[in-house]
Amino acid sequence: MAQVYDPRRLVGIRAERVTDVSSRDFPGHYPGEDHSWNLEKFRENLTVKIRRVSDRSIDFDLVGVDASIANAFRRIIIAEVPTICIENVYVYNNTSVVADEILAQRIGLIPLNVDPKTMDMRVDDESTDRNTIVFTLKLECTRKKDAPKDSTVPSELYNDHELLSGHLEWQPAGEQAEVFSKNPPAPTNPNIVLAKLRPGQGVEITLHAVKGVGKDHAKFSPVATASYRLLPHIVIKKPIPPHLAEKFQKCFSPGVIHIDPRTKVVTVDEENKRKDTVSREVLRHPEFEGYVELSRVRDYFLFNIESESAYPPQRLFQEAIAVMRGKLANIRRAAEALLDQPADGDVVMADP
Amino acid sequence: MSSQQPQSGNPPQGGRYGTTGFVPPKEAMDYNCADCGATNEIKSREPIRCRECGHRIMYKKRTKRMVQFEAR
Repeated sequence: MAQVYDPRRLVGIRAERVTDVSSRDFPGHYPGEDHSWNLEKFRENLTVKIRRVSDRSIDFDLVGVDASIANAFRRIIIAEVPTICIENVYVYNNTSVVADEILAQRIGLIPLNVDPKTMDMRVDDESTDRNTIVFTLKLECTRKKDAPKDSTVPSELYNDHELLSGHLEWQPAGEQAEVFSKNPPAPTNPNIVLAKLRPGQGVEITLHAVKGVGKDHAKFSPVATASYRLLPHIVIKKPIPPHLAEKFQKCFSPGVIHIDPRTKVVTVDEENKRKDTVSREVLRHPEFEGYVELSRVRDYFLFNIESESAYPPQRLFQEAIAVMRGKLANIRRAAEALLDQPADGDVVMADP
Repeated sequence: MSSQQPQSGNPPQGGRYGTTGFVPPKEAMDYNCADCGATNEIKSREPIRCRECGHRIMYKKRTKRMVQFEAR
């Protein structure tokens, strides 16, 4: 059975425009209706449903919040959830063909498996064992003695011909050996090529990793993707003629439209309609005019988050909520401080 | 832009500042031959010529001093 949504929740999608983009469920818009914000009502409407989790990504539905809230969480995940990354690079020797600056920048981008909860933010460049992790990187390429004469393959000719992220070596300092004993700091992927080497070339580098956020530098961003779409909604207004059923089906993404093999009755697959790309192909064909209405559900967000950091993907949204709560606590404290100020001497912004 | 500041910041683990420092004149320096790659010791005012192959182009070796970068 086709699901019915309150038409007020739908963003209309026409051939050349979208309609009803903004929500209007605020007080004073609909006469005689109470749209003041109500925790009980919000709680009733709010739904979070996980659709798929893997060790790198998660798909979930967030239903019943305003776009501003969903977008705030998306932006916080990208820019304000902290991670650990290499920040300082001390080059003692680098005779590879990659220039120091370029190599330093590449090393900074390596995702590390350190849980950011275990470290503090570094302030004023004061390094301690609580806010800095030290790595060393030392490699020297040499010729293989027993290499076949006619070979041109670097792996047969040379030892250590590639500088990899796996060559990073953690140097425990202070209490770190104990804190990180279960999960020693290392790159999440040991196979990232940082530079290629030839005999006689080598590097010797010390690295300092610190905690930071994505708005400071993109290397600190914990995600590859954090995005949402609105749930597509397709309504078939009158039965599609059987001879056009296949053509109608091809106007949508695979799996979205179901044709009954016997009766040729065309229906929308409610479970798979989320797969539709809303290409509007169906609106281009005059024979389908008046048969179908396309829309999206304004408060139904299909989130997709791909973690590229120490966080398991399902933890990222929770971390974003924690960051948001921290911000709200700050605003609350600032607002209360305003109330506590004596009235005289203050600037009055309103008209007298 | 990464800043190259060999003299600033706290050196990690003791550092190796000034181990080579600046070399007083009349002391031999190592150079690499551009042609055959051999290491040559050349003193100041000596002819610039490879002892192995006679090539006249030499490369100075990289500094042994630590160079600091920001990974940005």
